[in-house]
Amino acid sequence: MLSLIVFLPVIAGLIILAVPSSQKQIIRIVSLLAAVVQMVLAVMIWRGYDPSLAGITAMAGGMPEGSFQFIERLPWISLDLGGMGSMNIEYFLGVDGLSITMVILTALVSTIGVLSSWTIKKQVKGYFLLYNLLATAMMGCFVALDFFLFYVFWELMLLPMYFLIGIWGGPNREYAAIKFFLYTLFGSVFMLLVMIGLYFSVIDPLTGNNTFSLVAMASQENYIKDAILGPDNAMWRYVAFIVLFIGFAIKVPMFPFHTWLPDAHVEAPTPISVILAGVLLKLGTYGMMRINFPLFPEVFQASMYVIGVFGAINIIYGAFCALAQQDLKKMVAYSSISHMGYVLLGLAAANSEGMTGALYQMFNHGTITAMLFILVGVIYDRAHTRQIDKFGGLATYMPVYAGIVTVAWFASLGLPGLSGFISEAFVFVGAFSSETTRYIAMVSVLGIVLGAAYLLWSLQRMFLGKRKDDAAYDLQIGPDGQEKIHFHDWNGKLDLDGRELAMLIPLVVITIFLGIYPMPIMGLMTTTVNHLVEVLAPVVMAAVN
Amino acid sequence: MFELPSGAEIQSIIAILKSGLGFFIPEIYLSILFMGLIILDLVLKGRKNAILGWTTLLGLGGSFYFIAQQHAMQARELFFGMYVLDEYAIFFKYFFVASGMFAVVATLADRKFETEVKSIGEYYALVVAMVIGMVMMAAASDLLMIFLAMELVSLTAYILSGYFKRDARSSEAALKYLVYGAVSSGLMLYGFSLIYGMTAETNILKISMALADHGYDPLVMILATLLIMAGFGYKIGAFPFHFWSPDVYEGAPTPITAYLSVASKAAGFALLLRFFYIAVPHGFSPYEDILGIDWLSLLVIMSVTSMIYGNVVAIWQKNVKRLLAYSSIAHAGYLLLGVIVMDEIGTQAVLFYLLSYFLMNYAAFYVVVLISNRTGSETLDDYRGLGSKMPLAGAALTVFLISLVGLPPTVGFIGKLMIFSALLSKGSLYIWLALIGVLTSVISLYYYMLIPLNMFLRESLEPNEKSLNPGFLAQLMMAVLMILTIWFGLFFEPLSEFARYSSSMFGLSLY
Repeated sequence: MLSLIVFLPVIAGLIILAVPSSQKQIIRIVSLLAAVVQMVLAVMIWRGYDPSLAGITAMAGGMPEGSFQFIERLPWISLDLGGMGSMNIEYFLGVDGLSITMVILTALVSTIGVLSSWTIKKQVKGYFLLYNLLATAMMGCFVALDFFLFYVFWELMLLPMYFLIGIWGGPNREYAAIKFFLYTLFGSVFMLLVMIGLYFSVIDPLTGNNTFSLVAMASQENYIKDAILGPDNAMWRYVAFIVLFIGFAIKVPMFPFHTWLPDAHVEAPTPISVILAGVLLKLGTYGMMRINFPLFPEVFQASMYVIGVFGAINIIYGAFCALAQQDLKKMVAYSSISHMGYVLLGLAAANSEGMTGALYQMFNHGTITAMLFILVGVIYDRAHTRQIDKFGGLATYMPVYAGIVTVAWFASLGLPGLSGFISEAFVFVGAFSSETTRYIAMVSVLGIVLGAAYLLWSLQRMFLGKRKDDAAYDLQIGPDGQEKIHFHDWNGKLDLDGRELAMLIPLVVITIFLGIYPMPIMGLMTTTVNHLVEVLAPVVMAAVN
Repeated sequence: MFELPSGAEIQSIIAILKSGLGFFIPEIYLSILFMGLIILDLVLKGRKNAILGWTTLLGLGGSFYFIAQQHAMQARELFFGMYVLDEYAIFFKYFFVASGMFAVVATLADRKFETEVKSIGEYYALVVAMVIGMVMMAAASDLLMIFLAMELVSLTAYILSGYFKRDARSSEAALKYLVYGAVSSGLMLYGFSLIYGMTAETNILKISMALADHGYDPLVMILATLLIMAGFGYKIGAFPFHFWSPDVYEGAPTPITAYLSVASKAAGFALLLRFFYIAVPHGFSPYEDILGIDWLSLLVIMSVTSMIYGNVVAIWQKNVKRLLAYSSIAHAGYLLLGVIVMDEIGTQAVLFYLLSYFLMNYAAFYVVVLISNRTGSETLDDYRGLGSKMPLAGAALTVFLISLVGLPPTVGFIGKLMIFSALLSKGSLYIWLALIGVLTSVISLYYYMLIPLNMFLRESLEPNEKSLNPGFLAQLMMAVLMILTIWFGLFFEPLSEFARYSSSMFGLSLY
């Protein structure tokens, strides 16, 4: 099941390879079919998932069964290393409460991304090949439970992303693409070293061999005492935690490693922005929750405060930057930085509320930001500009568009009744109830105000009022005497067309539904998050009980 | 004066030589092939390129049969300790014969040989001669034999790199190669003489015993290893003995460039590992020696400077062959990391890395040949827009370059993984080396990606949108190489088992 959901896009890619490149429609439909089937599989996994199992660590005795679900575990590579025993790499997939939410999100965003890619006209075949490769790598990252496998998927994302930004991007795409590539690779090479170090430090209790299994690594009793990352080597464990954290923080992206993100977003085509903000950023925080924190819990406890501070910086700095942007897409990009700050803050709180909020925020940010980027893409397709002050009074002429923008913008700023509110509320409840992050949370609240400021201000400038003199569109009097909007070089529907609605309406429904009744997603994660909190912060838990 | 040996002594010498011959069959076979090619060249008339090329290819392929039979033989010394037969040597025999075959394949694909070269004549024979020389480098266990084998390789390489006689750059390459080669050979020979002066032995095993028994003057020892390093460093193309390589790589015919960058480098490493592991004593900690530096520290310095210098300077290159030349300096640095570890895992990692480097570097040069066949150029600017004109070549080259960077799921990633695992298996001792290794490989991403950047992200300078077809066989070859690069990146067990099996060296058990 999990193998299928991971490799389905690659299978679609192989089919596409056989289709002649002139058959653009077939290529698109094959990709869409793969994505839809992936979505169906995700729903089936969701239905079959038992939310009472904890995950994160193995059951007593080291068996992952009974803790993880949909496990697929095969020996992949077994190398004889002479005196060092043997190197065992497994093909090991499975889901728990952390990954199931991300699997659903990935399937959803991938499908929306395919729909959004319909407007790609240049080298369609190459585009969808890379897109499908990217989809596989993302999904693989979320379900891999072997560090080696995780690393392979993690790195596999980089190359397609480089080309997707670099070939189909905007004017400054070369710079943005290589910056993204170098930045992420810089983070992940450290991960490679930590991975090797962990391998030499951890013994699988079932086989007695060194292992790459993340499940075995998550239990501290499996570490060799005097190994390089064993409990005796506190110094190297700190170093490993920090470099691993930087590797994931680059992906989040956390201040001061965030500078690649605005560049990448501004240059990337709309569907790639959707994927980038909707799924890729989550890989950073997912990696922290799956690998960085549970493997080094004592270092995590020592650094919760610092992580919280960085979270707060992200929230406020991102919001201020967003406030200053003239380019709508750049504003949304900076708002992503700000919103991922909430995730960091929730993680730093290290209690059930905070962690649940963080994970739920990851899901909601995925859906909401996907919506925001699609909406930006809609107006960019028509007007060929994203400058906020080139618009004005759009609400009169594009009422449907304006309506959905309003929902998305309000969801993003955390209006009660929409999904963003619940996750942010949980994050703040968690952060306030934790001794470490209480004061950080007080400062971070400012972020909500700033968020409201930049979102409402852009909404007002673009949609309310009247057309400005230097606006990116003209007004014409239609045959019925009504004033109509007119874009240059745009022959499509003026307001949202069917494809755009097909992308946006499901997201709007999800945002509203999860804002009223969050349990379908939140219910999946509670057991796992509680267990994660136990693993991470036994002290905190003891105080609560 | 020397005494004349008696008849019985001569008889026994002949007997020993005869008994060694049975274990020397691949080398004899290759020598016969070499002579056969020269005769064939004299006999044949007209367009000889294809016939000679295919004969060489098949002839070299035939030697696999004889090499494979050597697996059944026990590791032993031959010819009074001049030469050894062990799994380690057999590994390199396969390696060099396969390299020779690949050089021939690339030569057959290269159109420049048809236009530039009047007589292909002794070209293929020289390729075979170089294979023989390299095979002997990997198996030599005596200072004299080492020197002879290295000179055989060098001399043929000088001729081959200047094979485009009318091309000024090619001639320049050959001359530079010759001058640098002569100097470094001289230095190495001086180092050998110092070792001989200390031990009165030329066999590397006996040298190590003599050094262990009688001790040595550390100052002379460090001088000797430094001088010898000049010779080996020249062959592996590591900083600071690399100065020949960019010019030679750029000027030499591309198949020869590939051949030098893979096989000649591997031969240097074969020798380096055997010589330093067996002949020269070392403390088990690199900081133990009296002077504070010993050959291990020298290797560390060479490795670090090679990684940094090669990767950084490559950033500014405008010619693809030159870019790959600088990158090959960096790869010598990565390989040296495996040598520094000095145990089975390290040796295994080096051998695996060589295998992966063989695959990805040859493949990359092969695509460079195919592209220059169509465009007549090797500069980055002329790679603009090639991605849409030669999609398969573009995709394949990208995969090979990604593998050279060391990103999964390619064989180059596993090579780096092995090297870094070997370093980290020593605990925290070599973490800093691993750090430099990974950081410089991030730098390498930048310049390697310049090639796909020009191929895919930029439009061609000329609006000519005609697609270029490199031919069916070439397409097939590229596809196979691309699949192999990824396949061995995912299922590398056979390669690494082969590398482990081959890491046993004759005489190493002494330590």
